[in-house]
Amino acid sequence: MANLGDRFRDLGRMDTMGSRESGLHRLDPRAKVLATAAFALAVSSFGRYEVAGLLPFMAFPVSLAILGEVPGGYLLKRIGLALPFVLLLGVLNPVLDREVLLQVGPLPITGGWLSFLSMALKLVLTAASAVVLVAITSMDGVCQALERLGMPQVFVVQIGFLHRYTFVLVEEAARMLRARELRSNGHDLTHREFGPLAGHLLLRTWDRAQRIHQAMLARGFEGEVHLLRRPSFGLQDALFLGAWCVAFLVLRLVNLPLLMGTLVSGGAQ
Amino acid sequence: MSHHIVEAIDLCHCYGDGTQALTNITFRIHHGESVALVGANGAGKSTLLQHLNGVLLPTSGTIRIGEVPLVKETLRDIRRTVGMVFQDPDDQLFSPTIGQDVAFGPLNMGLPPADVAARVHEALERMEALHLKDKPVYRLSAGEKRRAAIATVLSMTPDILVLDEPTSGLDPRARRQLLGLLKAFRHTKIIATHDLDLVLELCPRTLVLHEGRVKADGSTREIFADQALLTACHLEKPLTMQGCPKCGGIP
Ligand SMILES: Nc1ncnc2c1ncn2[C@@H]1O[C@H](COP(=O)(O)OP(=O)(O)O)[C@@H](O)[C@H]1O
Ligand SMILES: [Mg+2]
Repeated sequence: MANLGDRFRDLGRMDTMGSRESGLHRLDPRAKVLATAAFALAVSSFGRYEVAGLLPFMAFPVSLAILGEVPGGYLLKRIGLALPFVLLLGVLNPVLDREVLLQVGPLPITGGWLSFLSMALKLVLTAASAVVLVAITSMDGVCQALERLGMPQVFVVQIGFLHRYTFVLVEEAARMLRARELRSNGHDLTHREFGPLAGHLLLRTWDRAQRIHQAMLARGFEGEVHLLRRPSFGLQDALFLGAWCVAFLVLRLVNLPLLMGTLVSGGAQ
Repeated sequence: MSHHIVEAIDLCHCYGDGTQALTNITFRIHHGESVALVGANGAGKSTLLQHLNGVLLPTSGTIRIGEVPLVKETLRDIRRTVGMVFQDPDDQLFSPTIGQDVAFGPLNMGLPPADVAARVHEALERMEALHLKDKPVYRLSAGEKRRAAIATVLSMTPDILVLDEPTSGLDPRARRQLLGLLKAFRHTKIIATHDLDLVLELCPRTLVLHEGRVKADGSTREIFADQALLTACHLEKPLTMQGCPKCGGIP
């Protein structure tokens, strides 16, 4: 219980990982941001019933996570945050779309389930690549890359603040819950308590966000994101970006699992 | 070198909700002076300090830093001159690691990376916090947080240091360590505090604030000997002076 706040704040660990020194960490943030964008584009361009063709795309987040030494448990926890959205968006698919599209042994698979699975896979893949991206680049790195890629500064600053204030919100929430827990005598949070607590939380977050902003202004912050490392786009970065883009293109055009399936069954015929 | 002067002339501040926090504040602090700002909770200390580098702007009256009036056009230079350490280190330390946080100011000043790295090293070393460089903020003790927060400001090499309750929440040892470090600074210092023993040790001059007004401005020794004044402003004599009211006990 006493560690509730710490556990919450551990979610911010990703940011400290961003300042490590693996080969991946040292790549130009722009290469990583662009590769991730290409990845998201390729994944989301698949048809709504496609499942098998998406599977090889796991290679991108998984290999980066391994090379960048991003802990698996941490990665899973973060991706878990995306699951409620998957359910929210896709829960009606199996109900609405009952046409049987596929027969796996005795099991008929409806279009609804296929599209649900496909969407879940797309979301999880994109979420995973985003989490890994921030872990091996740091949020400041991502922001700087966006800025140098031509995104207007206002948006970049907003994204940076959104990220920072999410942690402030979580931290304040943890403090409040802890204070409540210590005096609650073991009672669960009731929905009658919840309203005022949430309102108070927003006010506190707003207040603190403002003080942090003032502290940033006091130290000369003028909207631009600066990093100690200001990398230039080199050969390695181009190779990284190029190789992944080619891989995405190939995987998008050639359905690898299907191909292997036909090769195997073709050999058996 | 007279350009480290801090001056307030008829300064008034009224918050958005109508709270009159400061009324007709006037003072002049000279280069190299170390001045304490004391007063009860809500007396207006933080509000006053936040005017010194333009976090808040006066409702009326002026602030001058080294004979330059604080206005929008001069804000940028003044923020380099006046380093402000906020009351709550958690507000000051917003980057993922301490090292990055200390680098934030110099990077915003547009210094090349090598210079930034040197300044980070120097500031952390000065605050005996070099070992904290790669640590995340929430893993630090209160004393470490405070030293790190001061380092974030030192790395910008300000001429004037403004500290809001630097020793609040510290244990005696951390407080003693911080006092030693602050004592070594050659900067012009303005320190808001309830720690009157700290004032005795660090600040020859004291400004007493009460309900948004300057109640007294003068030698620390004399002010702390004025029991009537202290009582009127809800202050208590420092512990080191309580046992021996005659000699004052200033080391
Ligand atoms: N953001 C704010 N909005 C409205 N009133 C404020 C705000 N901040 C401080 N005050 C009020 O201004 C007065 C001075 O506060 P402050 O400068 O924080 O005092 P001190 O630092 O001496 O404890 C208090 O009455 C306080 O309630
Ligand atoms: Mg205060």
